[in-house]
Amino acid sequence: MRDLKLAGRVGGGAGIGVLFFLIVIMLTPFAIGPDLALLARIGPAILWLGALLASLLTLDRLIAADAEDGSLDLILTGQTPLELAVATKALAHWLSTGLPLVIATPLFALLMNLDSQASLAVALTLLAGTPALTFIGLLGAALSVTLRRGGLLLTVLVLPLTVPVLIFGVSASNAAIVGPLPFGTPFTILCALTLVSFVVGTFAAAAALRHGIE
Amino acid sequence: MRLEASDLACVRGGREVFAGLRFAVAGGEALMVTGRNGAGKSSLLRMIAGLVRVAAGRLALTGGADDLPLAEQAHYLGHQDALKPSLTVEENLDFWARYLGTGDGAPAALAAVGLDTVAKLPAGYLSAGQRRRLSMARLVAIKRPIWLLDEPASALDRAAQDRLAELMRGHLAGGGLIVAAAHGPIGLEGARELQLGATG
Repeated sequence: MRDLKLAGRVGGGAGIGVLFFLIVIMLTPFAIGPDLALLARIGPAILWLGALLASLLTLDRLIAADAEDGSLDLILTGQTPLELAVATKALAHWLSTGLPLVIATPLFALLMNLDSQASLAVALTLLAGTPALTFIGLLGAALSVTLRRGGLLLTVLVLPLTVPVLIFGVSASNAAIVGPLPFGTPFTILCALTLVSFVVGTFAAAAALRHGIE
Repeated sequence: MRLEASDLACVRGGREVFAGLRFAVAGGEALMVTGRNGAGKSSLLRMIAGLVRVAAGRLALTGGADDLPLAEQAHYLGHQDALKPSLTVEENLDFWARYLGTGDGAPAALAAVGLDTVAKLPAGYLSAGQRRRLSMARLVAIKRPIWLLDEPASALDRAAQDRLAELMRGHLAGGGLIVAAAHGPIGLEGARELQLGATG
């Protein structure tokens, strides 16, 4: 499957995603003011919100671009199962937007006055959680593909579904930083959410695309 | 091999495009689908390719590879050419050759449509006719018995049209089957015509 390379080269959204992430993170200290203790306390939440918005930024092109230039038609007539094709697309999306975010997180965490252990914890939760965002987004992208301007609808559809991921991602990060909860419990639930979204997102997206045939 | 349709109907956006359509094409035969704009030529081709739902009637292929659905034995060449502008000509074809088939034969296919000289150029720089020819290369690179061509001759110059006709004749001679939608002649003698949108 060359979809990875294709999405990587065509999307070109990786840089934009990280840049957007950086800007959100940068703006926060300015908006909140020079209160280091407060920054450290809300830091994980801001990092997570930034990652969520950054991965949404490129999601609307995930399938819509293929639908517009006719590639989707050929993907549908291929012998590769549609589930596998969309899963690969999602994986490519994650590698080009999610993974750079995870790698950049320790650096950006400095801006939020997080110490090294805390930033590592946030990066770890992002590593476990961002695939879930991508796969939930995949479902939204597949559903909104037939609409001309589906991007906005996609956001409205996807954001409520990402709430559990956000909750457990942030609570796992906070648990690692301030306690008193153990880090393991919310982190395990986060991993579980990712796995569930992988299965549900992939099959639902493929079903949505098949149903979208008119 | 035989592609048969009986009482085929197509509904798009709640509106009936055609109904009660029947035709049969056998291996080595070509069927020209003609009709006014909006008569459902493209819809019919997309229906055979499995991209539009069959609203009523039956569409069956007999004598093909039995374990494959109809869509996976057909090449669909539509108005959109499924090219990524940032990939080179070679990479574009290679990707589809791998995705839809085994992947070999791509370089030979580029030569067959006369695009081997621009193989390293990003597809975004191609003219409309060259993009069309790159789509044609897909037909050569991946062997599939059914060709569904939607206005294949559009944007092609005279030489490329002749080349296309030659490819189609070669495909028919090899026992292949062609369903093409077109307004004018596309260089296939002896093709039967199916007119859509007429009273019948």
